[in-house]
Amino acid sequence: MEIQYKYNPKHFENSEPTLYDPEKLESGEMLINVGPQHPSTHGVLRLEVITDGEIVKDVVPHLGYLHRCFEKHTESVPFNQGLPYVDRMDYVAAMNSEHAFAMGVERMLGIEDKIPKRVEYIRVLVAELNRLASHFIAIGTYGLDIGAFTPFLWMMRDREHIQRLLEWVSGARMLYNYIWVGGLFYDLPVGFEERCKEFIAYLKPKLEDVENLLISNKIFIDRTANVGVLTSDLAINYGVTGPMLRASGLKFDLRRVDGYSVYPELEFDVPVGTGAVGATGDCWDRTWVRMMECKESVRIIEQCLTQLTTNHKRTREFDPREAVPKKIRPKAQDFYVRAENPKGELGFYFRTDGRSDIPVRCKARSCCFSNLSVLPEISRGVMIADLIAIVGSVDFVLGEVDR
Amino acid sequence: MTFEEIKSLVEKEFPGAVTGEDLNATPNALLVDAGKVREVCELLHADESTYFDSLSCLTGIDNGPEAGTMEVAYNLYSIPFDGHLSIRCVLDRTNPEIASVCDIWRTANWHEREAYDLVGIIFVGHPDLRRILLPKDWEGHPLQKDYSEQEKYHGITVVYDREDNNKQSF
Repeated sequence: MEIQYKYNPKHFENSEPTLYDPEKLESGEMLINVGPQHPSTHGVLRLEVITDGEIVKDVVPHLGYLHRCFEKHTESVPFNQGLPYVDRMDYVAAMNSEHAFAMGVERMLGIEDKIPKRVEYIRVLVAELNRLASHFIAIGTYGLDIGAFTPFLWMMRDREHIQRLLEWVSGARMLYNYIWVGGLFYDLPVGFEERCKEFIAYLKPKLEDVENLLISNKIFIDRTANVGVLTSDLAINYGVTGPMLRASGLKFDLRRVDGYSVYPELEFDVPVGTGAVGATGDCWDRTWVRMMECKESVRIIEQCLTQLTTNHKRTREFDPREAVPKKIRPKAQDFYVRAENPKGELGFYFRTDGRSDIPVRCKARSCCFSNLSVLPEISRGVMIADLIAIVGSVDFVLGEVDR
Repeated sequence: MTFEEIKSLVEKEFPGAVTGEDLNATPNALLVDAGKVREVCELLHADESTYFDSLSCLTGIDNGPEAGTMEVAYNLYSIPFDGHLSIRCVLDRTNPEIASVCDIWRTANWHEREAYDLVGIIFVGHPDLRRILLPKDWEGHPLQKDYSEQEKYHGITVVYDREDNNKQSF
């Protein structure tokens, strides 16, 4: 096979040039390229950093190294075939993304009332399990970024249990395609509820351990308190959502605000950053909010398991595909749906023409994309080492930023 | 504030700016003249009774060469009032230009860059309108309905037709 690509240093300058011209920097300033292949950028993110000594003067993120044409794909296949692509956006929290997409299509079809309660409880159960897994990665790798190695191993160990549970449910470890439009792939496997209860009993003391080891650790607090302070005004103006917005002191959780699925029937708190060790909205607050959300997720999972073993028990007649439509053809309309992902508000803007089951337009409003856009604003004037701490605390997945 | 009240507020402030409404859409959409969208957004952002403090989503839509139009859809959300509103503007496809709103909501900066990158809508007054997801030297805007891929990118074949693909399978 002939070699197609011949290396040419000009290609780089042509395809993704730096915003600042290195020749025109002031004396003492330096242009440093962080990434795209750097572990602390959590994927393939390239940061063009202008520094003056140790101080960061400006940060320019360059995206698109993981662009896989999500919108183009979903606009060429029917809704049910577009669902697996949704998994591949935020690949560490695929269940939550599937839930949002399926919910949007169901509302467009007007069948959201026909979904059985058991299906909804199972959806919330798996979504919260996946929220735990996503937050575990966020907290674990954040510790790793700033020099704490043990919490990473602990969190990955516990995440492994969740992945095995979800593999048992759906057959896949990360990209599930479990939640379908109108129902589920299958019912929960026999014995899942008991195993999940055991796992929760195992997990509770482990969460306490991590909190003691990492969150309330003096070295960790010194490293993250008062770093990367994001005020709530700025956060709202930049479209920042999720744990990042809550860490800035605003009690805003779409699970409570919109009350979709069975969340209104469940009891849980919305943790809010208070600036307990520094300013409200600093890196420590963001990590603390994620840690507290893990505990709330555990509460939700317990309630779901209680419901699934008492009021909405497994029966022989139960068919999780009962409400799955034979043909997904919503009437012509524009529809915006949003849901709370572990990282923020995931939205889909659909436009359908009423004649086919392929959307005319399917735009994904990605939470990581908006959260990342605030990075230059909060990292001007910090030290280079703090820039890494700020990038880690944003908790983005490049698969969702670039789509 | 209900949709009707918002509509009458905008009509009172800017006569002729509202060209229609779409009650079929979720959330309900206000069709606004493209030349006035900046002023309308400023009003809705600043007015105490509406206070749309966050821009959830900004979507560029291409309606294809037959229709000859493009659209920009803004999904606004007001956190204190829990109010939703969608604003839609129709643009001419040959000259898709619209005023930027990124000094009202700074999140619009990246959203507008994305709409420019993928759909090809020009946002006038944007401080830094570069491509964001695709490389700078990519040709065309992929979400346009009449888009066809370039043959080669830096000497790499972009599109294989299916037969070719089968031949080269490993």
